[in-house]
Amino acid sequence: MSLLSVEELSVTFTARGRKDATAVDGVSFTVDQGQVVGLVGESGCGKSVTSLALMGLLPRKGVRIGGRAEFDGRDLLTLSERKLRDMRGSQLAMIFQDPLSSLNPVVPIGIQVTEILQRHRGLKGEKARKEAASLLDRVGIPDPTRRLKEYPHQLSGGMRQRALIAMAVACAPRLLIADEPTTALDVTIQAQILELLKELVDQEGTALLMITHDLGVVAGLCDEVNVLYAGRAVESAGRRELFAHPTHPYAHGLLGSIPRLDAPRGEPLNPIRGSINDKIAWADGCAFAPRCDHYTMECLTGTPELTEPRAAGHQVRCVNPVLPTAEVPA
Amino acid sequence: MLRLVVRRLLQLIPTLLGLSVLLFLWLNRLPGGPASAILGERATEAEVARINRALGLDEPVHVQYWRFLKRIFELDLGTSTQTGQPVWDEFALRFPATVELSVAAILIAVAVGIPMGYLAAKRRGGWLDVASVSGSLLGICIPVFFLAMLLRGIFSVELGWFPSQGRLTTGINATDVTGFAVLDGVLTGEFDASWDAIMHLVLPAVALASIPLAVIVRMTRASVLEVLGEDYIRTAESKGLDKGTVRGRHVLRNALLPVITAVGLLTGSLLSGAVLTESVFDFGGIGSFIRTAIDGRDYPVLVGFILFIAMVYVLINLLVDLAYSIIDPRVRVH
Amino acid sequence: MTILTNKADKVDRLAQLTQSTESVSGSSLWREAFRRMRSSKMAIIGAAIIAAFVLVAVVGPMLAPHGATAQNWRSEVFPNQGKFVGMRGENWFGLDHLGRDMFSRWLVGARQTLLVGVVSMLIGLVVGALVGVLSGAAATLGGKAGQRVDTVIMRFTDIMLSLPSLLLAVSIAAVLGQSLTTVMIAVGVVQIPIFARLLRGSMLVQGGADYVLAAKAVGIRRKRIVLTQILPNSLSPVIVQATLSLATAIIEAAALSYLGLGNPDPAVPEWGVMLSQAQRFFDNEPMMAAYPAIGIIITALGFTLLGEAMREALDPKLRG
Repeated sequence: MSLLSVEELSVTFTARGRKDATAVDGVSFTVDQGQVVGLVGESGCGKSVTSLALMGLLPRKGVRIGGRAEFDGRDLLTLSERKLRDMRGSQLAMIFQDPLSSLNPVVPIGIQVTEILQRHRGLKGEKARKEAASLLDRVGIPDPTRRLKEYPHQLSGGMRQRALIAMAVACAPRLLIADEPTTALDVTIQAQILELLKELVDQEGTALLMITHDLGVVAGLCDEVNVLYAGRAVESAGRRELFAHPTHPYAHGLLGSIPRLDAPRGEPLNPIRGSINDKIAWADGCAFAPRCDHYTMECLTGTPELTEPRAAGHQVRCVNPVLPTAEVPA
Repeated sequence: MLRLVVRRLLQLIPTLLGLSVLLFLWLNRLPGGPASAILGERATEAEVARINRALGLDEPVHVQYWRFLKRIFELDLGTSTQTGQPVWDEFALRFPATVELSVAAILIAVAVGIPMGYLAAKRRGGWLDVASVSGSLLGICIPVFFLAMLLRGIFSVELGWFPSQGRLTTGINATDVTGFAVLDGVLTGEFDASWDAIMHLVLPAVALASIPLAVIVRMTRASVLEVLGEDYIRTAESKGLDKGTVRGRHVLRNALLPVITAVGLLTGSLLSGAVLTESVFDFGGIGSFIRTAIDGRDYPVLVGFILFIAMVYVLINLLVDLAYSIIDPRVRVH
Repeated sequence: MTILTNKADKVDRLAQLTQSTESVSGSSLWREAFRRMRSSKMAIIGAAIIAAFVLVAVVGPMLAPHGATAQNWRSEVFPNQGKFVGMRGENWFGLDHLGRDMFSRWLVGARQTLLVGVVSMLIGLVVGALVGVLSGAAATLGGKAGQRVDTVIMRFTDIMLSLPSLLLAVSIAAVLGQSLTTVMIAVGVVQIPIFARLLRGSMLVQGGADYVLAAKAVGIRRKRIVLTQILPNSLSPVIVQATLSLATAIIEAAALSYLGLGNPDPAVPEWGVMLSQAQRFFDNEPMMAAYPAIGIIITALGFTLLGEAMREALDPKLRG
């Protein structure tokens, strides 16, 4: 059984006086124990909102959430505020994109680490400080006892993200959600942070839900990949399978738009046309159709179903998938 | 920390010097000058000349200015033309009453304003939010002295709940130790005197609190709204911390930083308000004294008061700066 | 940062917040703001109050049923044991302590109050804007010497801002004597440093903006940049402040009148003067104070509402 299984999750923002905006429109995916699963897509595809919905961090007012998200047999979406509070930080933890703004500027790092130890593990005083120091040490922050007394602005960007990771893993959560954890960092630091995450996940058997727009991160880290478009998963497959045979035109285009060193000189890049704003509602057809080179009238007759046109376990939501020419059905 | 204090104090010097020049010029520009202030408007020219000589006003301006400065440093602010007493002594006598009133007003404003601003932000758009926003707009727009008149008319003249004037009921047994009536009662065990002083304080303090309260509610609300949208609040929530910790350590500790500065800035308007409020309630502090000084054109008292207020304002802001540097680590380092 | 600049910093911050550094042409910025204000309840109520007030102030005195100084017989004022007559057919607001028709005086007072508010705001605005432009231009384009000029001017405004405004006004009034002009000047002078700071602050923000850099790079003359680029884009916080300071001017003028520095001429009562005269009779006839007080409060509220609504409408953070 999966650790986390998300079914038809939908999130709609219903601000008064404005049209309802659906950010997530029926996303389904699963995460198994110890697995690293990627949610990939452009900004605005609903991947961050998905993670906030799972953590119960969306505001209660003005947001409508549908579907199910079973974690360890309990539906996270219908859990009471109190139970959710008990689970956050201990069973589920999250790492955010911008480490500077995600740390409280006027509270020392030490307290920001010990408060979670006190909340979920009941550690206090000297014990908590010792544990906090060893956590900082574990995420690779040198001289941890001194760092505990320092404030976020005294740390470098990489150090801050390490500190946030230390807080996230402080109570050995079973699922870690990382929302673009490396986007705000320098390239060299990015690699270090990814390496650290990989290590922690391997050691503890923690499941990791990696949310990113960076295919490089996916290639280096994820076991399973879900490609999101306009609030829905359009393709799900194992990492190797996806990179070898991207089948949904969007995933295909996404991979095709990466510059390759081994491409012949002078060959133009293949960007996807338009932007994520050029979309139609999933209910009317495929949201990607307006940007797609392959679309036909069939694409505009209701939501395409998930199929497995290429291999078992490789799901694609497309009526005109990109298949090797020979395999195109007649 | 010490270096910070010293630096701040040094930075004050040019400002205070500038202020003294302004005051000096102002004093010399007064209609008829100091001589007619002393002699009245029907003084003959000979008398004016005699006084001018006696006061050294026939000497060059820079000599006069230097003497003016020296007197300020010796805390010699001159003699009140109304009472004939040294201005400084008059202030010292009345200052505790004004401090007591101002502190009470600030306490009311902070104790009511911060929770109200917080709740308004937390339940944005709710009835409390609407009420506190419109209430604070109204609070800014009501002239302080009218509010004081209104409170006095309703709660003391009509309903008789509170005394209508003064600091203590005449004839009550109160020993003067510090000049702070409430504190004195506690120190000497005359608790009925303390209670009496508190009852006298309530209405003027509420009237005086109106503007600081309005400002604090608005600032707290705006500041909490901003902080609630910050990423670190989301982080705190993602750690599953209990509501109290999120509120105290993460929301309020950040949101109250600008409010602290605002409280410091309010002292100036508070002292202006004290002049008006005290004169409605005949409170007997510096405010009432200034009111009569304005009526009687008692210039030495007015000059002294402006200097005095400037110093109080500067001191309070120094304290606020220091408090700020303790609470906000980002300031401490730079 | 000196301690005294705290208030000044606040003004500067305001300048920053009400500013976007994009080079939007002034007119489209305001058109956009106007569109947003039309749907704001605050703006509509504020504008309605102001319109009503201006109408009363302009037309009212002509329609006043009695003269402002015409006295009824004393016997009529205190018909029974010092009770005021209160509202009645020919005197809508009743008679004051000297037997004058309060409604007529209230109408005349509206005009005086508007006059005090507008004139003192203009004094603050014009002088403050001149000082601010000088300082801002010196700081952005004047090089080293310019920055020194700017520092001196700003230090001076700091000193003025550090004094409680009412006391500053009192000291000015003490020099000038008791009259309406005194009140206007005193209240106006208090506003000068605020406008100066605000305009300078917002010019500095604009002066650092990319489009100014671009204009410099293309070689447009400095004076031209200030006049055609920086200044027009710096004006919005000043206009907001001008609206808000109409409210403060009216309240502050009332306080000065209350302290006995108002216009002594009984023929042209100002609401503040009426209020201060009413104080002695407050326990017997609170309505005598209530009419001018309500006038002051509602008018101040009108200007405050409109000013706040404008500030919100111009806030780049809320612009969408």
